[in-house]
Amino acid sequence: MLLTLWLIITGTFFLMHAVPGSPFNEERTTNEAVQRNLIAYYKLDEPLAVQYVNYLKSVVTLDFGPSIKKSSQTVNDMISWGFPVSLELGLYTLALAIVSGITLGVIAALRRNGIIDYLAMTIAVLGISIPNFVLATLFIQVFAVNAGWLPAATWTSWRHMILPTFALATGPMAIIARLTRSSMLEVLTQDYIRTAKAKGLSPAKIVFKHALRNALLPVVTVLGTLAASILTGTFVIEKIFAIPGMGKYFIESINNRDYPVIMGTTVFYSSVLIIMLFLVDIAYGILDPRINLNKKEG
Amino acid sequence: MRVKSKQQKEIPDEWFRPLDRSDMDAEAVVRPSRTYWQDSWQMLRQNRLAMAGLVFLAFLIIMAIIGPSLSPNSIEEQSIMNQNLPPSSEYWFGTDDLGRDVFARTWYGARVSLFVGIMAAMIDFFIGVIYGGIAGYKGGRTDNGMIRVIEVLYGLPYLLLVILLAVVMGPGLFTIIIALSVTGWIGMARIVRGQVLQIKNYEFVLASKTFGTKTRRIIRQNLLPNAMGPIIVQLTLTIPSAIFAEAFLSFLGLGIQAPHASWGGMLNDALGVILSGYWWRLFFPALFISLTMFAFNVVGDGLQDALDPKLRR
Repeated sequence: MLLTLWLIITGTFFLMHAVPGSPFNEERTTNEAVQRNLIAYYKLDEPLAVQYVNYLKSVVTLDFGPSIKKSSQTVNDMISWGFPVSLELGLYTLALAIVSGITLGVIAALRRNGIIDYLAMTIAVLGISIPNFVLATLFIQVFAVNAGWLPAATWTSWRHMILPTFALATGPMAIIARLTRSSMLEVLTQDYIRTAKAKGLSPAKIVFKHALRNALLPVVTVLGTLAASILTGTFVIEKIFAIPGMGKYFIESINNRDYPVIMGTTVFYSSVLIIMLFLVDIAYGILDPRINLNKKEG
Repeated sequence: MRVKSKQQKEIPDEWFRPLDRSDMDAEAVVRPSRTYWQDSWQMLRQNRLAMAGLVFLAFLIIMAIIGPSLSPNSIEEQSIMNQNLPPSSEYWFGTDDLGRDVFARTWYGARVSLFVGIMAAMIDFFIGVIYGGIAGYKGGRTDNGMIRVIEVLYGLPYLLLVILLAVVMGPGLFTIIIALSVTGWIGMARIVRGQVLQIKNYEFVLASKTFGTKTRRIIRQNLLPNAMGPIIVQLTLTIPSAIFAEAFLSFLGLGIQAPHASWGGMLNDALGVILSGYWWRLFFPALFISLTMFAFNVVGDGLQDALDPKLRR
């Protein structure tokens, strides 16, 4: 895990420094003395190895340095402004995707080959096929522009949150629904389900207590990857709906070629992701006692 | 005992009759045997959704080749007189804010998307098969080391890396393809490795080895053909994710640059004027990108069912 993180930091650092030209070249107004001072201020005149070690040190202390293009702001400022909003969007999305995805999947599995199953799976394939930014633009066109029911931009009240959350949640929801359905179908044929039925347990108890718990294991495994896709999804969704989250700063920094910000946000995003993957691993171990985390080679 | 042998002698010759041979070939195979691929094709043909997907993809490929030239207008030709025209007999899908023909641009976008998808899939295929093949076949320490590399790379956020590379190398078609291939081969390598690990222990591989077949030939003749099913499924599922990534990048302005057309870029342009009601600029690229991904997904699903002998009933 730390190795991956180190690889990301190193990779981003050298990629960013491999870009030809200094970030100040575009500013024609600055004269040479100013440029020299700027370069000295950002310590760009030191050898690459020294810069690299300095950067590693500052990242370990969670300081991502100042922004080049917005001289009064640091990368940490941007993260502390943007991240809570992005986190909110991400968590709502994840919650919506998990709850509705599992519900759809379970219903589809219980009513196999029925109308509901057919409908749910059609929705699921469509959800996987339509990219989230396409869905978001269509939502704006239909619900905000044509119907005028919901506001199309910003992040101020719950009504503003509906469209972005749904646009972002549809894809993961579809994946979860399909997975839940197929693993439910598999679990429902197992012997212990028959035993439970023979004991005379109520159908609800069988589904929730015996089937669902085991059927959810594969779903937990994909949660890490889904979180990653939601995370990158927030870039476009925040851009489309003009939400002041971290994605906005990230996109801005890319367009401005603001290298410290690009580096800082990339490292931050990657850390969040890797921590998520780690948590999913742990959750998996807790849910499934058959997996022993201490055992070498599964 | 004696009594019995006496009786045997007394069996008359006429008791012996030639056996009726008409039933002898009842167990012979009458119909010609079908190969694995014919069998899979039969399975796939019965899957209506997958067939519809295949038909749509064939249509898309044809239109990607001839579509831009079907329209009398070129993709770059701008005309101030014809800004934002709704669909009409001259501009079948309308025009955009520079008076460019949306019909021609849509099919040009199809060309870009398919090219990116197929190129990414091919590169993934080569790297993934070689890497996964070596890891799985050598096994032991080599495999361990190679799988560690994959594990470390697997944690990297895919789209984030693609964005970074696009920033560093500058936007463009080849940047996208290279960026997609940097991490794209991992999934393929894992699948190939798993397959090879399984197949290399089968008896026919052992037989091959006993005859002194060279390693390279064993991989090519024995391992790869048997691992082909999952590989093909993975390929069909790689293409839509590559198409998505291209559209995603172009949507963020990091992909295909003007004057070339791409679905993601067209959507991004249309989003800027969404309040003006130029629905056709949004609708056609959105429709085709969704249909394309839908088609690849259902074909991939269909292939998965058809190529996996375990799922057959």
